[in-house]
Amino acid sequence: METAQDTIQQNEAKAETSKTLFKGTGSQVLLNGLIEEGVTTIFGYPGGAIMPIYDALYDYADKLEHILVRHEQGGIHAAQGFARASGEVGVVFATSGPGATNLVTGLADAQIDSTPLVCITGQVFAHLLGTDAFQETDVINITTPVTKWNYQVTDAKEIQEVLAKAFYIAKSGRPGPVLIDITKNAQLQLEEFPEYVKCNHIRSYRPKPKVRVEYIEQAAELINSAKKPFILFGQGVILGKAEEEFKAFINKSGIPAAWTIMGEGAIPTSHPLNVGMLGMHGNYGPNVLTNEADVIIAIGMRFDDRVTGRLDKYAKQAKVVHLDIDPAEIDKNVKAEVGVWGDCKETLPLLTNLVNENKHEDWLAKFRQYNQEEIDQVITPELYPTGDEMTMGEVLRNINEICGGDAIIVTDVGQHQMVACRYAKFNNTRSNITSGGLGTMGFGLPAAIGAKYGAPDKTVIAIIGDGGFQMTPQELGTIMQFGAAVKILILNNRFLGMVRQWQQLFHDKRYSFVNITSPDFVALAKSYYIEASKVDERANLRQALETMINHEGSYLLEVMVGRENNVFPMVPQGMSVSEIRLK
Amino acid sequence: MSTENTIEHKIDKADLDGKQEYTITVYAENRIGLLNRIAIIFSKRKINIESLNSSASEIEGIHRFNIVIHEGYEVVRKLARQIEKQIEVLKVYFNTNEEIIWQELALYKVSTDEIAEKVTVERLLRQYGASAVVIRKDYTVFAVTGHREETDALVKALEPYELIEFVRSARVAIIKDSAGFHEKLKEFEAFEPGEELVENEFLEKGGKIFTM
Repeated sequence: METAQDTIQQNEAKAETSKTLFKGTGSQVLLNGLIEEGVTTIFGYPGGAIMPIYDALYDYADKLEHILVRHEQGGIHAAQGFARASGEVGVVFATSGPGATNLVTGLADAQIDSTPLVCITGQVFAHLLGTDAFQETDVINITTPVTKWNYQVTDAKEIQEVLAKAFYIAKSGRPGPVLIDITKNAQLQLEEFPEYVKCNHIRSYRPKPKVRVEYIEQAAELINSAKKPFILFGQGVILGKAEEEFKAFINKSGIPAAWTIMGEGAIPTSHPLNVGMLGMHGNYGPNVLTNEADVIIAIGMRFDDRVTGRLDKYAKQAKVVHLDIDPAEIDKNVKAEVGVWGDCKETLPLLTNLVNENKHEDWLAKFRQYNQEEIDQVITPELYPTGDEMTMGEVLRNINEICGGDAIIVTDVGQHQMVACRYAKFNNTRSNITSGGLGTMGFGLPAAIGAKYGAPDKTVIAIIGDGGFQMTPQELGTIMQFGAAVKILILNNRFLGMVRQWQQLFHDKRYSFVNITSPDFVALAKSYYIEASKVDERANLRQALETMINHEGSYLLEVMVGRENNVFPMVPQGMSVSEIRLK
Repeated sequence: MSTENTIEHKIDKADLDGKQEYTITVYAENRIGLLNRIAIIFSKRKINIESLNSSASEIEGIHRFNIVIHEGYEVVRKLARQIEKQIEVLKVYFNTNEEIIWQELALYKVSTDEIAEKVTVERLLRQYGASAVVIRKDYTVFAVTGHREETDALVKALEPYELIEFVRSARVAIIKDSAGFHEKLKEFEAFEPGEELVENEFLEKGGKIFTM
C-alpha cells in the first residue's frame, strides 16, 4: 500500500529532479556545457548559421571570453596556441560554409600535431541540408580526414552528450581536434535539458590501455644490456604531462636524449643529458649517432620522415623500444623490437624502476665530441657572426640572454623556425610552439595570440619570417582590439628563405619565385596602433630586442638578416641521417 | 589468453611482401559517416577496395564491415591499425582466404525463351548450384552463392544465351577460428580494460613479427 508519506516523498523527489532541468535553447545549453568543461576563452568569428549561438553568447560575457579573430584560420591557430601553451582544450567558433572551410588548415595542423581542440561550426537548418542552401557546405565530410572525430547535430537534445564526448575525445588518449557541426534549428530549439554530465567512457574507444608489464620488462632488459643506448623523445612526453617522469627516467638511466621539434622543452635545454635536436636541421651528434646506437628508446614520437631521413638507412643496427599511446604508431615507420603501448606517464615510472643506474660516460663523450665539431663549424659562426650581415642565430642568442629561457617562443615555418628550434633556450615545458607536422606558414602570429591567452603570465615571442607573416597579418587586428601582449619578431631576409636554400643547394640556384617583397611592417603595425621598429644593423639589435621584450603590450620588431644565409647542419632529402652536412 | 591469438592472421607464411587477398572484418558502431571515415583510410593511400559489405553483426546495434583488398601483409596490418583507431570502431581483424569462409551472391537475368529452348534449366541448377528466384514468361532470374570463380563460371555458361543482367554482391566472410564478439563486447563496455582484452595483440607475437 502506498502511504501518504510515500507520495509526498515521491513528489519531493520529482521536484528535486526537475530543479536540475534547464529550460532553454540549444545554444544556451551548448554554452553551459562549455562552462562545465572549464572553458574560459573562445576564439571565433560569427556568421549567419551560428547567429543563435552568438546571440546566447551575448549573455555569457562574464563567464566566457570571446576573442574576435580576423579570419577563421587565425581563430583555429589561436586555439592551437592556447591549447599548446596551457595544456587545455582550445575552443573555436565558426559559421557554416566559408567559415567552416577556413578551419581546415588548422584542423589538419592540429590533427598531425595531436593538439586538443573542440571546434563548433554553425550549419544551415536541418531541413535545408543537401539543398545547396546559402553558405551550406558538407563540413563533416570535408573535415573527416583531418579530425579525430566529428559529428553533425540536428536536434538540440543531442548537444550535451555530443559536447561531452567531444571534450573527452579531444583530450584523452592521443589528443586531437574534434568538430561539431550544429544546424541552426538545433541552436534555436527550445527544450528542457538535464544536468550536464561529463563523458569518461565510450565503448568503442580506448584512449589508453592497461599497461602490460611484460613489455616493460622486455624493454628494461634491452635497455640494461645496451652499451650505446639513445633516447628520442617527442611531444608525447608533453602531451602526457610526463616531464617529471621522463626526467627521472633519464637521470637514473644516464641515457643521452634528443628531441624532435615537437618534444623540445619537455626537459630544459640545459639538462646535461639533453643532447639536442633530431632530424633534417637537427644537431650533428644526435643524427650521426642514431646510426651507431645499439638500443634506441623512442618515447612519444612517430619517426616522421623529417626526423629519419632515408628510412632504409635509418638506425638499422639498433634495436628499437617504442613507447607510444597510439598503437598505430608502433611499427608504422620503424620496426620496434619491443613496443610499449601506453600512457608514458604510467609506463615511464615502471620502466625507471627496472632500469639500472648508469652513466654511459664514453658514449656521452661521443656526443660531446660531435657537438664540439658542430660548435666550431656551425654554431659559433651563426651565433657570433663576424660579417656585416646579421644572422637569425645571433637574434636568438640575444633573446636567450634577455629572457634567460623563460619565454614562450612561437614560430612560423621556414628557416627562422629551424634556427629558433636549434638555438632557443627553454627552461620550461610548453614553451616551444610551432607547426611541426604540417608546416603551416601563417601559424605563428595567431598561435602566439592564443598562447598569450593560454599562459598570460609568460612573455610570448612570435618569431616569424617575412613570408609567413604575410599569410596571416590580419590578426594584428585581433591584437589591436583585445590587447594580447605578443612580441612579434619578424626575421626578414627578403626571400622565402627555406625554399631558396633548397633551390640553391639542389636546383642549381634557380631562384624560382622565392624573391618576396614586403610592405613596411613597422607602418603596418602602427596602422593597427601596435608599437613597432626596425633594425638593420647589429649595433642596434640588443637594444631593440630589449625594448620589444620590456614593452608593455604588443610590439613588432623587424630585423633585417642576411639574405642568403642557410640553415645547417642539414640532412638532404633522400639521404641517411649519418650523411648530415655541416655546410 | 584471449581467443584473439587464434584468429589473428598467421604470419609464418612466405606472404609477407607478396600481395594477396585479405579480408578485413570491422566491428563498429552503426553511425552515419563512419563508412566514409573508413573508406578514406584506403583512398588516402591510393588503395583500391575490391569489395565492401556493410551489415549487421551477431550483436544488435553493432555493424560489421567486410572489406576485401589485394595487398601485402605489412600494408594490411597498418591499415587495420588505422581503422581500429577511429573512435567508433571497436575491433578490426584481417585474414587471408584460408582463414575464412566466404560467399558472394550473384543474380543472373536471362530470357526464359532462350533458356527453355537452348539449355535445360535442370542442368544449370545442378551444375552451378543455381536456384531459380523468379520464373516469368519473359525472363528468369537465377541466384548463385559461392566464391568468385563459381559465380563467374555461370556468367561464362550463360553468355551464349543472352545474359540480360548480372550483378554480384560484396563478399561476406566468417572467420573460421572466431568465437564471435559477444565476450569481447563485455570487455569494451567495461570502464577499465581487463586482462583478457588484448587490444594490441600484434605485440603479443614479439619475435615472430619483429624479426622480419
